Amino acid sequence: MVQLRTMAVLATALTVGLTAACSSTTKKAGDTGSPTATGVKKGLTVYFIPKDTQNPYEVIADEGGKTALSELGGKVVVSSGTADTAAAQIPSIQAAIQAHADAIVIAGNDPASLCPSLGQAYAAGIKIVSFDSDVTCPNHLFINQANTKQIGTSEVDLLAKQIGSAGDIAILSAAATATNQNAWIGFMKQQLQKYPNMHLVKTVYGNDDPATSLTVLQGLLSAYPNLKGIISPTTVGISTAAQYLSTHKDIAKKVTLTGLGLPSQMKPYIHDGTVKAFELWNPNNLGYLAGYAAASLVSGSASLTPGTKFKAGKLGEYTVLPADAATGPSVVLGPPTVFDSSNVDQFNF
Amino acid sequence: MSETRTAPPDVVPSVGVAREVPWRAALRWESGLVVVLVATLIFAGTQSSEFFTQSTMFYVGLNMGEIAIMALPLALIVMTGEIDLSVASMLGLSGTIMGYLFSNGWNVYLAMAVALLAGAVGGALNGVLITGLGLPSIAVTIGTLTLFRGLAEVILGNSTVGGYPASLTKIGVTPIQGTQLSYSVVIFVGLAVVCAIVLHATPLGRAIFAIGLQSEAAHFAGIRVGRIKFWLYVVSGAVCALAGILFTLKNASARYDAGTGLELNVVAIVLLGGVSIFGGRGSVVGVVLSVVIVGSLQQALTQMQVDAQVQNIVLGGLLLVSVIVPNGAEAARRIRARTRRRVPA
Repeated sequence: MVQLRTMAVLATALTVGLTAACSSTTKKAGDTGSPTATGVKKGLTVYFIPKDTQNPYEVIADEGGKTALSELGGKVVVSSGTADTAAAQIPSIQAAIQAHADAIVIAGNDPASLCPSLGQAYAAGIKIVSFDSDVTCPNHLFINQANTKQIGTSEVDLLAKQIGSAGDIAILSAAATATNQNAWIGFMKQQLQKYPNMHLVKTVYGNDDPATSLTVLQGLLSAYPNLKGIISPTTVGISTAAQYLSTHKDIAKKVTLTGLGLPSQMKPYIHDGTVKAFELWNPNNLGYLAGYAAASLVSGSASLTPGTKFKAGKLGEYTVLPADAATGPSVVLGPPTVFDSSNVDQFNF
Repeated sequence: MSETRTAPPDVVPSVGVAREVPWRAALRWESGLVVVLVATLIFAGTQSSEFFTQSTMFYVGLNMGEIAIMALPLALIVMTGEIDLSVASMLGLSGTIMGYLFSNGWNVYLAMAVALLAGAVGGALNGVLITGLGLPSIAVTIGTLTLFRGLAEVILGNSTVGGYPASLTKIGVTPIQGTQLSYSVVIFVGLAVVCAIVLHATPLGRAIFAIGLQSEAAHFAGIRVGRIKFWLYVVSGAVCALAGILFTLKNASARYDAGTGLELNVVAIVLLGGVSIFGGRGSVVGVVLSVVIVGSLQQALTQMQVDAQVQNIVLGGLLLVSVIVPNGAEAARRIRARTRRRVPA
């Protein structure tokens, strides 16, 4: 029987393949060398796992991480998927474990789903640092871009100043499940109670995808013709909205847009008057701080104990804050910067 | 709708053809897959120092398990000439239902049972719309793709449900004791054996091929086309719900958006496995090989620190080749046959 013989060949090939895949682990020699002057070891490998590999904000943060590790004589590997899902990040965590990385710096697409994989990494002796979007797992340090409350309240204040504290407003967010955006929106709602004449009519989700953001924005504008302001606490959302408004001047005249944006992306819209002011922290510094924090944790010059101080190169000294209801041990980068026509050209990220 | 049984399926010539010709073609395709697999393993082994380690096998199984499980019933559906694009949404809905019930104090096993039942009901909905109302399966299942995901979002909203017993969530962290196999892969292998027996050694399997080749001829041969398709969708729904439960336990959390977009990976596995998108041809061995190839390739590329975009290009290219090579020839043959038929004798 021809079929049977072919099947046998197939089965053999499959067995050989799988057996080969089972052969024993080759251990890499530990390449963590002697501590440098700042107390950080040289030759560290840190895996940066952004939400996806395309988000311009995360690309800049990863660059900051690379700068930090190159100052410390180590290296950064950037690894993630193209979709903003936890499932797309898990293979990168596995790769970090298999490559015997010293630390992982991750921006979680999901607060909980990554925990089993990160737990495995921790068990393998890898230090875990989260940034941009936190995860709920134990045993990691969160690099907070800015105080969550500060971001939420300052965005509302920034919009209120521009629309005279009155009118219907909406929020154009990232994914409905994004940890950081939802936390900010929570504080925005709290802050809005101070402005009785401003009404939040709707929160829409563009999933940090320009096409989706544009679709939900158009839906928003047609559903609420009296909309006075939009807050978009995501760089993808605000740049998509700004681009749309700059080509629809009649709408732009009625609607004020603000939120979190990248100066490099928002420059043209500040200059053509579509957007007056927006804010952000410096993502390059965020990645830089995360890189230093990861390297310091590996070297033992920082720990998760509250009050521990560590040096972060050009940014100076930072102190680990105690856990609270929302996050575990964390470090705060600093207050957000407001960008407008007076200063936007000074920033190149 | 009356289905008259005119003759037992085995004696009808068209069914005999269905059994012989595609079987040989499928074997040729699988031989090709073995070559691709060996090439993939050689490539992975030489390019990544971490590929031939024990954890790779576990990780490949962990990452591919649910996709592979969902690919099995889909392969049977595609062989009948239909499609089910709602698989990943059903995975998400099942996990959501399980998580929702669990968070409301239900016993976790009872919650799983309800999730499985919901999968069967969702599959039955697909089945009724497609076989009962005669609607095209691609349109129906795009509809239920959105519907199931929407239901999941309504049920769980933004919340994440965790806190499952550690004895269950360990399937996402540790392999089966003494092996490097993930639990989902063992379930996949078990289901694959069942599917292979049904497809290649029973009258039902022959009927599935016959439906895919010539639905009308199969009908007149006494095969209950509608009923078989209906039950395939029910099975698909239930199996995807099972995948949803595994996915939830693996991640130790349930979310409405679990597995978003995975339907494309599942379809890709099925097509790369040599199942004809026109129906009537394919084998379970092909699907299994395709799972191993895609899983190994993805793992190796990630280990090699290849950009995710480039990985997508590689996988997309592989999928295109797998559709063009077998179906290009077949499509050409069909078009030729059709034009010949139109010419008056």
